[in-house]
Formats: sequence, C-alpha cells, structure tokens
Amino acid sequence: MRPFDYQRAERLEHASQLAADADTLPLAGGTNLVDLMKLEVETPQTLVDISRLPLRSIAEEGAGLRIGALVTNTATAADPRVRADYPVLARAILAGASQQLRNRATTGGNLCQRTRCYYFTNIDQPCNKREPGSGCGAIEGIARIHAVLGTSPHCIATYPGDMAVALAALDARVEIARENGSSRSVPVRDFHRLPGDTPERDNVLEPGEIITAVTLPAPVGGTQLYRKVRERSSYAFALCSVAALVALEDNRFTRADLAFGGLAHKPWHDPRIAELLVGSEPSLALFDRAADLLLEGAQGYGENDFKIPLARRTLAAVLCEASGVGA
Amino acid sequence: MPIAINGEDYPLPADPRTSLLDFIRREAGLTGTKKGCDHGQCGACTVLVGGVRINSCLSLAVTNDGEEVTTIEGLGTLAAPAAMQMAFVAQDAFQCGYCTPGQICSATALLEEVAAGWPSDATADLGAAPELTDEEIRERMSGNLCRCGAYANILAAIREVAEEAA
Repeated sequence: MRPFDYQRAERLEHASQLAADADTLPLAGGTNLVDLMKLEVETPQTLVDISRLPLRSIAEEGAGLRIGALVTNTATAADPRVRADYPVLARAILAGASQQLRNRATTGGNLCQRTRCYYFTNIDQPCNKREPGSGCGAIEGIARIHAVLGTSPHCIATYPGDMAVALAALDARVEIARENGSSRSVPVRDFHRLPGDTPERDNVLEPGEIITAVTLPAPVGGTQLYRKVRERSSYAFALCSVAALVALEDNRFTRADLAFGGLAHKPWHDPRIAELLVGSEPSLALFDRAADLLLEGAQGYGENDFKIPLARRTLAAVLCEASGVGA
Repeated sequence: MPIAINGEDYPLPADPRTSLLDFIRREAGLTGTKKGCDHGQCGACTVLVGGVRINSCLSLAVTNDGEEVTTIEGLGTLAAPAAMQMAFVAQDAFQCGYCTPGQICSATALLEEVAAGWPSDATADLGAAPELTDEEIRERMSGNLCRCGAYANILAAIREVAEEAA
C-alpha cells in the first residue's frame, strides 16, 4: 500500500472540502477501498475518514424512509421497517458479501464500490477505468463476469453490487452534499454511469461531493423479489440478478418495476418493460417480449455470451414466481 | 484514544497503513488471529469490534481508536476455554487449524446475531425471528473458508453450543 495522509473529518463540510482535492478519497467502512489500496489500484495521497460523521440513522421521512450514508448494510437489512415495507432491499443486501463485510459496509460506500473486473484490480494489466488510455484487457480477454448491456469500446466492466439494484427498482434517490454546503438529490437510476469514453467515472459524483443518505419513496407493497444467479450459493457476485416490485389485479399487472444487476456498468432499468407489462395478463410469451426489450442491443464478449440467455430466463423466472404463471 | 484489545489498551500505530489485523498480530503480539488472503475473502482474520464481527484485514487500525476489540485470545484461555472452543475440539471441527480462530469468532458472533433477530439470505420469512437451522448456519458462516473442508464438523460444533444454550 502506498503511503497516505490520514485525516478524520469532524464535520461534513470539512470532509467535503478535503474530498474536493483530486488526490483525496473519503473512507467509510473501507471494505472495498482498503482492499483496492492494498492492490495499489487506488493510491490516494489523503484519506479522509468520514466514518464518525453523524449519518448513521434510519428515519421516517414523509411517507418514505431516509437511510443515512453510514448506516451499515447489516443495520439496513435488519431494520423492521425495511423488512416489512421494502423487503426487496433487505433481500438484495443479504444476498451480497458475507456477514463480516456487511457489518462494516455502508450505504454510501456500497453505492460507490468499484467493479471486480480482473483487469481493473490487476495493475499489471491494461484498464481504461483505472488508467485512461491504457486499453481494455477484457474486451478480447477473460470476460466471464462482464457486461452485455450498455458497454463501450473502452470498457465492459459491470457494477458489482446488489443493494443498488433493489434501490433502482424502488426508484430511491441519493442525497449528496456539495463542497459549497448545498445539497442535491439524484435518482439511483441516474447515479451510476455507462462507461462511454470516460469509464474512469463510475457515477455522477463530482469532486467534493459526499453521499449523505438514500431516500426511499412511500412503500408500494405487492410482491418484492430479488433473484440472484451466481457461481456458488453464498458469498459471490451476481452473474445476473433481478430486483422486482410486482403487483397484479384481476390477473393483470398493475406494477412491474424491475432492475437488473450483473449485466451492465450500472443497475439496469428500462422503463419500457413496465410499460409493456402493466395492463397485460401474465404469460410466458409476455415475459419473453419483456426480455426482448431488456436485451435489445445486448452484446456478448465470448466468455460472457451466456449472460444473454441467462438474463432472459432469470427475468422469466422472477415474473413466473411473482404472477403464479407456470406454478 | 487507544484501541482496547481483550481489555488491554494499545496506542495507535504511527503508520496509518497498518491494518487492524497487523496491529493485533504485531503491536499487540496476539497471533491467534490469522492472515489468510488479506483481502476480505477468507475470514481467517475475523475478530469482534464492539461485539460485531468484521474482517480485521480490511480495517485500518487508526479508524478503530476507542473501540473494544475481542480476538480469539479474549474469548477463552487454555485454562478456561469458551463453550465454542470446547465444541470445536469435541466435534473435531478443524484439521490444520489455521482458519479456526476466525471460525470461532464468527460462530460466537453468529449466535448473538440470531438471538438479536438479524435475518440472513437463508431466512424464509423476513417478518419472523430467524430459526437456527443448518441452512441458516451455513449461510451465516459463508464468510469463513476452510481449505481442509471441516465444514460439516464446524456446523456440528455451532449446533452443539446453540443447543446447550437453548
């Protein structure tokens, strides 16, 4: 690990000011950042420890819920309000990592976690995300875990998390403090970016901006599912995952908010899927048409070609479970 | 503020790069906690901080000032072993023993977590208190790898302690 200067932020404004420097990174739970520093993928000159800032509470806000940026993944998944009203969020969090990691991992840090692309985490390999202009080793290399949607000629990495996939299905928002003391709020669906020609930027955070909370809209009830397909049954990243908020009345969908993990550089949400499903009677043929929309323009890179049919089947499996089709 | 390990205070390290794991082993000289992967993947470095289990390899020591850390040495001694330590011996829950301190710290925390009602991926009903089924124990121990493959006996050891407590 490269040497760095360690500073503890006593106030949010202090953290924001320090984080405005391009060579400074905020540290919360550290479960991803410390690892990347060991690998010398991240080499900040200064670490600003924000872990003691008062952003640790889950509070009711309006009809929804506000989850502080430093609330641990464990605390969110165990919260009775989350379990009762937003089970898809609890399910997604519990499907990820191990108990030890969830005990330290935070809401804000989880949103900011970086890809597990093998070329990104190995500094001896080319990677446009880690070192812009150095090339992408994965496009013609080992690409089993890589993206099939929204890729660019510069990067085919995936966003690795589960929690954000559920937050995208829930249409939650990210609350962000800015260096000048003001704040802004961004839908989770717009927080992560596609790689384009700037894959070094995972999300829309600007220098000096720090996530302060995630806000959940009023509960919508219905059936909430998180289906994660992975290489082993626990403690593995998603090859493909689906977060689903589904409701039916008189055998027609009245809600079908879906988001997908493991397929792209961001949690994938396509509003056309809900437009197709809502008002329609559930059937395998309908689910196939939803998958056609999802996978329009999907591109495999050899080793990850399997993700395209896998996403189609996982989507169908979730909608079958939620609607009773094929039961 | 110092870091308390098993009730004894240790001053913070001068180099902020020091992981809590290296701090425990080198500065405190408590070598029960093991370094396996050093990347948060194997669980050999599991310790309790404020009673909560974490991977000590992924935590910078300086971020833990004022915290109370419990390592395997703090759970029990040769003269007075903890119930979980005795159960691991009784159930033959290890071969080489390298992952065992992390397994025992994890297993100890696991019982507290279930008692506190924390759900897991194996919990069928998020609205109910989790039951300590074998499936639950396996899921909750998935952050601790054992290259010798003593999993079946680790499960039996945890079950033994849970049943004694019930």
